[in-house]
Amino acid sequence: MKHFPLAAVILLAAPFARAASLTGAGSTFAYPIYSKWSDEYHKVKPDLQINYQSIGSGGGIRQFTEKTVDFGATDGPMTDEQIAKAGGKVLHLPTVMGADIPVFNVAGVDELRFDGPALAAIFMGKITNWNDPALAKLNPGVKLPDLAITVVHRSDGSGTTYCWVDYLSKVSPAWEKTVGRGTSVNWPVGLGGKGNEGVSGLVAQTPGAIGYVELIYALQNKMSFGSVRNKSGKFLKASIAGVTAAAAGAARHMPKDYRVSITDAPGPNSYPISTFTWLLVYPQNPAGKGAELKGFLRWMLKDGQAMAPALGYAPLPATVKAMVAKTVETIQ
Amino acid sequence: MTAAAGERFGDRIFRLSLAAAAGLILLAALALAVQLSWASRATWAQFGPAFLWGRTWDPVAGSFGALPFLYGTAVTSALALLIAVPLGVGSAVFLTELAPRRLADLLGFAIELLAAVPSVILGLMGVFILVPAVRAVEPELTRTLGFLPFFRGAPYGVGFLAAGLILALMILPYITTVAREVLRTVPPPLKEGMYALGATRWEVVRGVSLPYARSGIFGACFLALGRALGETMAVTMVIGNAPDISASLFAPGYSMAAVIANELAEAAGDAHLSALIAIGLALLAVTVVINGLARLMIYRLERRA
Repeated sequence: MKHFPLAAVILLAAPFARAASLTGAGSTFAYPIYSKWSDEYHKVKPDLQINYQSIGSGGGIRQFTEKTVDFGATDGPMTDEQIAKAGGKVLHLPTVMGADIPVFNVAGVDELRFDGPALAAIFMGKITNWNDPALAKLNPGVKLPDLAITVVHRSDGSGTTYCWVDYLSKVSPAWEKTVGRGTSVNWPVGLGGKGNEGVSGLVAQTPGAIGYVELIYALQNKMSFGSVRNKSGKFLKASIAGVTAAAAGAARHMPKDYRVSITDAPGPNSYPISTFTWLLVYPQNPAGKGAELKGFLRWMLKDGQAMAPALGYAPLPATVKAMVAKTVETIQ
Repeated sequence: MTAAAGERFGDRIFRLSLAAAAGLILLAALALAVQLSWASRATWAQFGPAFLWGRTWDPVAGSFGALPFLYGTAVTSALALLIAVPLGVGSAVFLTELAPRRLADLLGFAIELLAAVPSVILGLMGVFILVPAVRAVEPELTRTLGFLPFFRGAPYGVGFLAAGLILALMILPYITTVAREVLRTVPPPLKEGMYALGATRWEVVRGVSLPYARSGIFGACFLALGRALGETMAVTMVIGNAPDISASLFAPGYSMAAVIANELAEAAGDAHLSALIAIGLALLAVTVVINGLARLMIYRLERRA
């Protein structure tokens, strides 16, 4: 009887001790799909528990570098410098894609068309009024009012911002030179809203405002948004199919390490402001972890992908899926 | 014998554990300062003290300066005090000297309730009620007071003014509650003496109650200022989050606490992270200096009284 408490602890702990676990941290953008996958995979493989903390891509990269987690997750690829700090060998595995869309608040106007140079000029403060000839030229037949433009951007560092400014950097040399790419940048003009809800709230409240939010957020909230001209000259409203097409368009020039931006991708149906989100995995893992990671990633590619569209993410195109599957097999 | 010794032994244990608890607080404060300094050493090495008056905040280029954030924190906190101190002290006087007992109890309860509202709720209220109201009032302010540089510019709604107002609302209950408690300690004979001499209510409040409670009221104001300086959530929701320095209260700005909350999670580069922690150290320093000044001021007031 003296040993009763100890025995009880052992009995209680047994089920936990037997279950293997994988921990990951990073992207908040991908959190809904990763937590769904973790639940679903647990049903398939009850003895494995996957814990994912959505602490932000920056934090994910840091924890991954310090090896306090088994995998990281990021919306922007690690830089060469960061990879060197993490020991030089890191696998970036694209999992799903998302997109950014322009939202605006112009009384009496529901549909607007934009192109890259116009968006860059607006976000640099060079186009300051909705009746600007450049916007009129893109929108024949739309009566644009004499109304000052108020730019709204994300105040918190985010992969959404990275995707947006990455696109602006590609289509505008001036943007690339003066502002550049990052999860937080030095915005030339505008107000900052916290999160997608902060940006969409400010845009909805401020007459003449324009901002950008994640496609998922816009779909969930049934917001109306503008179309953007892609590389082939076609005006497209963001859609899951358009994002997958962009990834397929970029796949032809996919580098081996998958660190590729798919903004402004070629292809007639490619939505231009699209992005991958990546899982970060080491090619060599501690005993047992590598096999578990491999198993999970195989399942993610085979069964997990189909769960993406319901949550608003675009699934990987078949070409990219085949490439990633090969990389997954190299994990040890 | 054993009983007495045991007591003395118990006393010692008690005293030691209390001393340890107090020492732990000091240790925690010190550890905080040391940790912040250490984690931000790269920024201080790169920019030196010029970090404090640098005006650019460009995480992409790796160029960092804290001035816009210092400015935003100072302006919004000052604005909040400017609004909340007269209101808070005024309502405390009303509650203790003028209001009927039942009304005073009811109002006191309501004010304490206001102090318990989480800041994110106040921030939401700010976004949905205060900001549109400010946006509607701003053109009117420009028309009437536009000769002052503070009331010019585009009426965004978000900005220093909205942040100052929401902070004023947040610190108002602190000032009112503490000032009321202090005013209650004014000995009735003093006031009765004044009344006996034929003084009016205003003269009693001015001549007896407020001077007697002065140091306590100052303490309340500094406690409130401390909260205003560090407030994060409500401010970032209404300040506009643009690291600009502008004389106009309508312009969007930024505060030290807000930029840390916004950018820390996604700060990918070490330089960016270090700069954010340097801002944290600066915020800690500002708080310590202001609390020190408050101590000094209260000490002086007490000596003069």
